[in-house]
Amino acid sequence: MTVAERPETPAVPLHRALGLTDDELTAIRERLGRDPNDVELAMFSVMWSEHCSYKSSKPLLRTLPTGSAADGVVAGPGENAGVISIGGGLAVAFKIESHNHPSAVEPYQGAATGVGGILRDIFTMGARPIAVLDALRFGDAADPRTRHLVDGVVRGVGGYGNCVGVPTVGGELVFDPSYGGNPLVNVMAIGLLEERFLTLASAPGPGNLVILFGSTTGRDGIGGASVLASATFTDDDPSKRPSVQVGDPFAEKLLIEASLELIERGLVEGLQDLGAGGITCATSETADRAGTGMAIDLDAVPRREPGMAAFEVLISESQERMLAIVRPERESDVREVCARWGIPCATIGLVTADGDIAVTEAGREIVRIPARSLTSDAIVHERVASPPARRRAAPAPGIPAATASAAASARIPERGMDPGAVLAALLGAPNQASRRPVFEQYDSTVQVNTVVGPGHGAAVLRVKGTTKALVATTDANAPVGGVDPWLGAALSVAEATRNVSITGARPLGVTNCLNFGDPTRPEAFWQLREAVRGLGDACRALGLPVTGGNVSLYNESPAGAILPTPEIGVVGLLDDVATLVGPAFAAEGDAILLVGEATPGLAGSEYARLAGPAAEDEPPGLDLDRERRLQAFAREAAARGLAASMQDVSGGGLAVALAEGAIWGGMGVTVRVPVAHSPAVDLFGESPSRVVVTTRPRHAPALELLARHHGLPVERIGTTGGDRFFVELAGAGATGAAEERGSRVADPIDLRVADLAHTWDHGLARALDWEAPAAAPEGR
Amino acid sequence: MTVRVGVVVFPGSNCDRDTTHALALAGADPVELWHETADLQGVAGVVLPGGFAYGDYLRAGVIARFSPVMRSVAAFAAEGGLVLGVCNGFQVLAEAGLVPGALLRNRGLRFLGRDVRIAVEEPDTPFTHLAGPRRPLRMPVAHGEGCYFADDATLDALEAGGRVLFRYVREDGSVAGEADDPANPNGSLRAIAGVRNAAGNVAGLMPHPERASEAILGSDDGFGLVRSFVESAAATAASAGRPLEAARR
Repeated sequence: MTVAERPETPAVPLHRALGLTDDELTAIRERLGRDPNDVELAMFSVMWSEHCSYKSSKPLLRTLPTGSAADGVVAGPGENAGVISIGGGLAVAFKIESHNHPSAVEPYQGAATGVGGILRDIFTMGARPIAVLDALRFGDAADPRTRHLVDGVVRGVGGYGNCVGVPTVGGELVFDPSYGGNPLVNVMAIGLLEERFLTLASAPGPGNLVILFGSTTGRDGIGGASVLASATFTDDDPSKRPSVQVGDPFAEKLLIEASLELIERGLVEGLQDLGAGGITCATSETADRAGTGMAIDLDAVPRREPGMAAFEVLISESQERMLAIVRPERESDVREVCARWGIPCATIGLVTADGDIAVTEAGREIVRIPARSLTSDAIVHERVASPPARRRAAPAPGIPAATASAAASARIPERGMDPGAVLAALLGAPNQASRRPVFEQYDSTVQVNTVVGPGHGAAVLRVKGTTKALVATTDANAPVGGVDPWLGAALSVAEATRNVSITGARPLGVTNCLNFGDPTRPEAFWQLREAVRGLGDACRALGLPVTGGNVSLYNESPAGAILPTPEIGVVGLLDDVATLVGPAFAAEGDAILLVGEATPGLAGSEYARLAGPAAEDEPPGLDLDRERRLQAFAREAAARGLAASMQDVSGGGLAVALAEGAIWGGMGVTVRVPVAHSPAVDLFGESPSRVVVTTRPRHAPALELLARHHGLPVERIGTTGGDRFFVELAGAGATGAAEERGSRVADPIDLRVADLAHTWDHGLARALDWEAPAAAPEGR
Repeated sequence: MTVRVGVVVFPGSNCDRDTTHALALAGADPVELWHETADLQGVAGVVLPGGFAYGDYLRAGVIARFSPVMRSVAAFAAEGGLVLGVCNGFQVLAEAGLVPGALLRNRGLRFLGRDVRIAVEEPDTPFTHLAGPRRPLRMPVAHGEGCYFADDATLDALEAGGRVLFRYVREDGSVAGEADDPANPNGSLRAIAGVRNAAGNVAGLMPHPERASEAILGSDDGFGLVRSFVESAAATAASAGRPLEAARR
């Protein structure tokens, strides 16, 4: 949808054709003191889009804890990425962003440009990108459209990341029917920089030059942000294909090297990448941040094609472009650097003092807008929030009963269930099985920093020239969020930070990508508001700053809204990589300890997905203070060298946590699980704040002492070794098929680890009907 | 004295820093050789690193071979200079005709990034003499076009001439099959992972020894190959142009 295609008619006034409401047009008039012309209206339509302006979410995001210099925060929300110091003059930059709607329309390019966009957010700040994590969510794995999207998105992430030479080291892949019409492609990027090179997206110094470098500007991605990311999908999606950007990873690779060279040689005063909103966004944001304005000569912008209208040049989202603010005397040096990297480079304007974005074409001024009215003074909406009628008992309105998936046919009544059959079903399920068929399409080892790559918990990247390592993960608990958005978000933060802490690393900060529905729908906005509250509460309880993120709304299709999905990205710091603790069982004869205790509630669990949800069931609760103590325990256990392995209890519950440790360690276990609630809750329940720790028997007492010191229940539940996975149920609550047969003895799980490994390893390829994945060397 | 070794940097190379890092660990003095310069700065050996030279648009390595630096590398090779191509570097050498054969798309038609095991077929070459006791070497591959191909006559000649340097093998060391054998990640004919030219001074392989040169990264099996190259380069530099046998132990 562009101005050209939608001429003004009485039926459809231009501002509405561009996605602006009548109120918003009035607000624009107030800010300009006059009517905007068509070009200005097009610029406002992009900058005031949900995607660029955060007009619905701003009031909520202001409530989040953003940390301070005391937390090591060097740059926080509002910048292209959060930056946190890791000592020794080094800092880590990280951010997660969505590219959901483009990926739904054109999976390969949507995902590829998603990677490209988040990488630019990182190196724009002077950081060299060192890792990518991709958090992907799709509909039912059996659905042909889902398979088409998975294939395209995975190829797109790999096609871009592999070529630019940034390893893809982690992420998620989740299938749930609620994403059937609207997949989620969230990409997190991490960069490493010397603090002295920190560069901000600001345009100081009237008289400085505005230089555009990188790819030329074309018609691709016209209105990508406003058209795609800020409206609910209807059935005319193909008409939106022209709005999808097209990526060129080779151009991005050159852009990375050129940009970092410009920064390290001190040639730029400010740097901003061109993403959503193109030249309009980059010029107004950098000017507004510095309290300056800009005079832009549109004729100086290098074009990809002739005959482009002014508004097209101003809002085009052509990829791989950067805007640099440069002192006049350094212009020739900048041109020399760009020329050496073979990158087009043009001086398109001047920084001015009047605070306006003024655009001239053929010597005639066609645009004059106060920069701030496009960005910091953009309209903010106070949306209406109202909880669904039956808040907990059922999924919120507008959300299909997602947890009742295709697996509903495989309903497993708790009484009389065979725990071994359930475990095998869980390990082979598309949400639990090995992701190897996907991450083997990514280069996860380039840059020679990858200590732990994808597939075994959090990713670990050594920091060259130090003993340090960065530990990163992404997590989101959407199923619980569908029942209780506050809890879903808090659980997401708890799990993501826990996955970092169990390696021994200290979480540094949180970035988030909030994927929700249409904010004009009170239930959907209530979900967003509750989730942001949960995010803030959890981060305050765990003492973590939220350093930035991204909000993706209107994730709805004719099939309904997605589960509210608060994607959480966490980066942690391990001071001495030698103390790293992994999730794989390390040695035969180690003692297995369970720290923390199960609490009831199966709603939102993988077990419930398999067995079918019980309408009256509730999700497990979360005690944020216990979570904080558990993570402190995990870090201390690692630092003191007491833990041989640590794995948290999450998807699939205790049984799956034990199975993963056994499969990855290539050894069996003999475990006795005390049944406090019911076999399903104790074996497969996903109540948080629990870790499975293995240790040399002589260290077990010290670990038990340490757990109690942190006020955590701890129980020695078994021993590693052998080739069988033997888990028996003990206690009054024990039940099982045997009981059905009248026996008093509960059935134990008694399976060969090799069989569990095969089930786990082949589950995903089977679910997607991909060629059977070839066995690769497990572990490293 | 530390030997000066060149690492070619094409636009789109993305393993150049990794290669420089590993060469330095092996005691070399690595210098970057920019694709537009014909001057090799008197290096004793040249490495073509992995990546996507010129984006690998059209076909992997096909554009890179025409760059100014490659003319110098070809001349350097003709004089007996040591040249090693890794991954995309191997593809460039094959496109330039400096090593025989071609690298086709992986059998699965997907990019594949994982650890593989390779066996050193010729332990007494400038590229392998420090590889250590015969055992499968574990290191990563990361490529979309790594399926080694040549006609049967060429393959026979390579084997007869001891020019197959590396083969993909299973964990037990047995040579991987050509089809449907996970140990052969890309379907390379006769499981060939690396070859050298007739003169023996130019070699290429798809796996990444530079990514397996430190225990912290999960494997240092590749470091012996990096050290072999550096020591051989030092020996050729010292022996100033005498035949490569001088570099052999």
